[in-house]
Amino acid sequence: MESGLHIVVCAGIVPDPLQTLEPASGAGGPGLKNEMALPAVLDPWAASALYEAAALVSKFSGSPQRPSKLWLVSLGPKAKLQQVMMTVAQKASFEFVAIDGPIGGFPDAHSTAAVLAETIASLPGLDRERLLLFGGWESATRGAGVTLQLVGERLGIGDQFQGVDQIDFRDDGSFEVLERIDGGKHQVSVCSGAPAVLGWATGNLAEPRNNPQVGMTNMRGILPALQKAKPVKLEANGLHYLSLSLPKTQRTTRVVKDMVPKAIADELLAWMREE
Amino acid sequence: MIADLQLQEEPALEMERPSIEVDIACAGFGPAMGGFLTTLTRAWSENPGDPSFESRAVPGMPLQVFCYERSDNLSAGVSGVVTRARGIRASFPNLNPAEIPMTAEIHDERVLYLLDPIGASRRSVALRLGDRVLRAAGSLLGVRDDALELPWTPAFLHKRPGLVLSIGQFNEWVGARIMESGLVQIWPGTPVSAPIFSGKAVEGLRQADQGVKPTGEPDSGFMPGMDVRARLTVVGDGPVGAVSRAIDERVGMPEGHERREWALGMKFVIEVPEDSPLKPGTVWHTFGFPEPEIFGFLYVHPERLVSVGIFVPSWMGDPQRTGYRYLQHFIQHPALWPYLKDGTLRSWGAKSLEESGKRGEPFLSGDGYARIGESSGSTNMLTGSGVDEAWTTGVQLGEAVLELLRAGKPFTKENLAATYETQRLASWVERGEQQAANARNGFHGGLLRGLAGMALAGLSGGKLSLGAHIPPAHRQIRRGSDSGLKERGALLAIETGRPLHDAMLSARGWPEIAFDGRLLVTHQDALLMGGKVQAMPGFADHVVFLDKELCIVCVEKTCIAMCSGQALTQSADGVPAFEREKCVHCGACLWNCAQSGDGEHGNIEFRAGAGGLHSAEN
Repeated sequence: MESGLHIVVCAGIVPDPLQTLEPASGAGGPGLKNEMALPAVLDPWAASALYEAAALVSKFSGSPQRPSKLWLVSLGPKAKLQQVMMTVAQKASFEFVAIDGPIGGFPDAHSTAAVLAETIASLPGLDRERLLLFGGWESATRGAGVTLQLVGERLGIGDQFQGVDQIDFRDDGSFEVLERIDGGKHQVSVCSGAPAVLGWATGNLAEPRNNPQVGMTNMRGILPALQKAKPVKLEANGLHYLSLSLPKTQRTTRVVKDMVPKAIADELLAWMREE
Repeated sequence: MIADLQLQEEPALEMERPSIEVDIACAGFGPAMGGFLTTLTRAWSENPGDPSFESRAVPGMPLQVFCYERSDNLSAGVSGVVTRARGIRASFPNLNPAEIPMTAEIHDERVLYLLDPIGASRRSVALRLGDRVLRAAGSLLGVRDDALELPWTPAFLHKRPGLVLSIGQFNEWVGARIMESGLVQIWPGTPVSAPIFSGKAVEGLRQADQGVKPTGEPDSGFMPGMDVRARLTVVGDGPVGAVSRAIDERVGMPEGHERREWALGMKFVIEVPEDSPLKPGTVWHTFGFPEPEIFGFLYVHPERLVSVGIFVPSWMGDPQRTGYRYLQHFIQHPALWPYLKDGTLRSWGAKSLEESGKRGEPFLSGDGYARIGESSGSTNMLTGSGVDEAWTTGVQLGEAVLELLRAGKPFTKENLAATYETQRLASWVERGEQQAANARNGFHGGLLRGLAGMALAGLSGGKLSLGAHIPPAHRQIRRGSDSGLKERGALLAIETGRPLHDAMLSARGWPEIAFDGRLLVTHQDALLMGGKVQAMPGFADHVVFLDKELCIVCVEKTCIAMCSGQALTQSADGVPAFEREKCVHCGACLWNCAQSGDGEHGNIEFRAGAGGLHSAEN
């Protein structure tokens, strides 16, 4: 492909999903208990999108006249964004675009999408005809799975794929997409080309290791981006939460060293059927 | 591991190692480095045009200051922090504790002697007699819930007016402020494997190789660690840091100084119920249970969070000493359990404490480097205070560096000694270290002797103390324990498939833990809580058994008993198996090896590695 890709990854930051998370209602509305104390990470689904995007940009660098480019657009409190970027910046090369705003999964998705779409639309040098809008198919906060779709609609991008695990480009610029469907299967679609929206599931790539050199190169752009991040206020748009609760979880741990896999699988099935 | 340009001690592997040049390279981010970088960035922010802050590494730019932290997040530290915060408040005179999550001002401080309600702890005859007297006297002497609150505690133990902190939250709060300045970049998840030496001078830091096999040999995707060259290397990598130990190995220790005294601090963070009477700022120090050698603590944070933990010291000679199960018995003591029993375990963590104090102080500076924090021997073992002292040593180095920058002087041993060391030696940190130098000698002769020694040293300001010969850590582990008991423990271990040290506690009469999946959880479940213990692939094993023959003949295997994350386990060939994904980098293995190849150090090397704890609440 001679024409490079313009990939914009929308990635929020979320409280680390492996922490102890508990919803709580406060004066300012719903949130997470002790949210200030929780470490933030890049949303895991969106992170997969970022790593896939970085691999694509590396593979399809384009031509000197139409090179590929990767942007990471992220909305969150500036201090948290900086903290997260010290890790993320070591994993992939990108141009960072920061928006100073709230996180937590409870702001209205339409408000969030409006801010993101406006920011993306005004990216200098962005070629909408080559635009692939990446993100997570849902977020690790509320998991509503609508924000990316709304951003795409606001940008006038009708070709949208969700639950993506793979994209394969053809020489003519069209691409084949694998989306997750029920039963552990994938639906295969062929799209004639950009622009398109891809909400990623996990993809197929392992998390890249930390590369300090990449991090330092990225920092030259990240620090100025953080300094000029515009503060935004997200409107509630009449969104009102009636109740919050955690999903029910149950866990038992047993360390075994000499059970064969079939015996382990049988025991797991028996345990699951008990409930 | 030492990277040395002249001696070429590393294997002759032909590789292109990336290299950058900075002005100041920092190993580790904790309170000490926080103090150093806060001092530096504050001065820069006040006058960024000052030519002193011009970079020599990158002309035209401000000082290039890069800090490399091993753990995956600045908030992933662990410590049970109760501090007078003298140095911290000097740096932040308008500090509002509410700005830092989990911070509370100390309101209520007590010292409790805990009797043994179970009868399983190994107490001396004198202690048993004393316990009988206390039980008989009961409420007459104020004994309640198998505990005696000491009516008077010496001033040197008090932390009021101080703070209860979460070290993770404090580090993150400080780190965010430092990075806001734009002068310093603090990189998490970047372990530093070694200093770069030129003779005895330090010229920077070498980052750990990635894309290697567990043995360290290059694998697919090999990425050699970057060399970060700097005119000043600041070492604040904690009590078990690889850079600190490499420097000690290269330049030696001051005459008569050795690191022989250690403890493992292990803690739970528990969320107590809404109706809990525990108020934020409550501080309890305990001793006597679960074993006479084990000191404990309970600190109450805001939002109903409680840090509760124990210290298992190197002078506890039992080769099957351990942390996790003892901690579970500790929280179930009648004096604590009513407050904790309906709580939920939120996170757990452990770290080694270097308790040699002044006796373990290394050379504080040399050509191109300076040492700060716990690895520089700043912890006061009389008051049990480390964070504030570490912070202050960082501030002292920061002020010294500013003085040298403004004078245009190089970071030589002489210049750093004249500024940093002089200031430190004239400060309250040094005075405290001198007073504490021999405070804990008595514990090597038992609890009562140890307490008497602490009182003597504390009340005399260090002028009087008990003497003691402190053997190397491996010789503090007693051999030849009760063979009958050991046989019962071994049989129980075989029958139930549990580790030997856990079975030994049961064989001794400690009741089985009634797991409830909420507060009392298995050791492996604890690794899954509070962010989960985990490690990125591609790094070498950072716990290395140097002479495998010594492991094979070792009967004690105390390293396995004391491994905080059960990352070390028995294997068929006698050399413990190591799973780095479960390691919390406490470093306990380093000083819990019962063998020694050189008569001073254990047979285990603890190197720099990635991963570990991911909780922000410890």
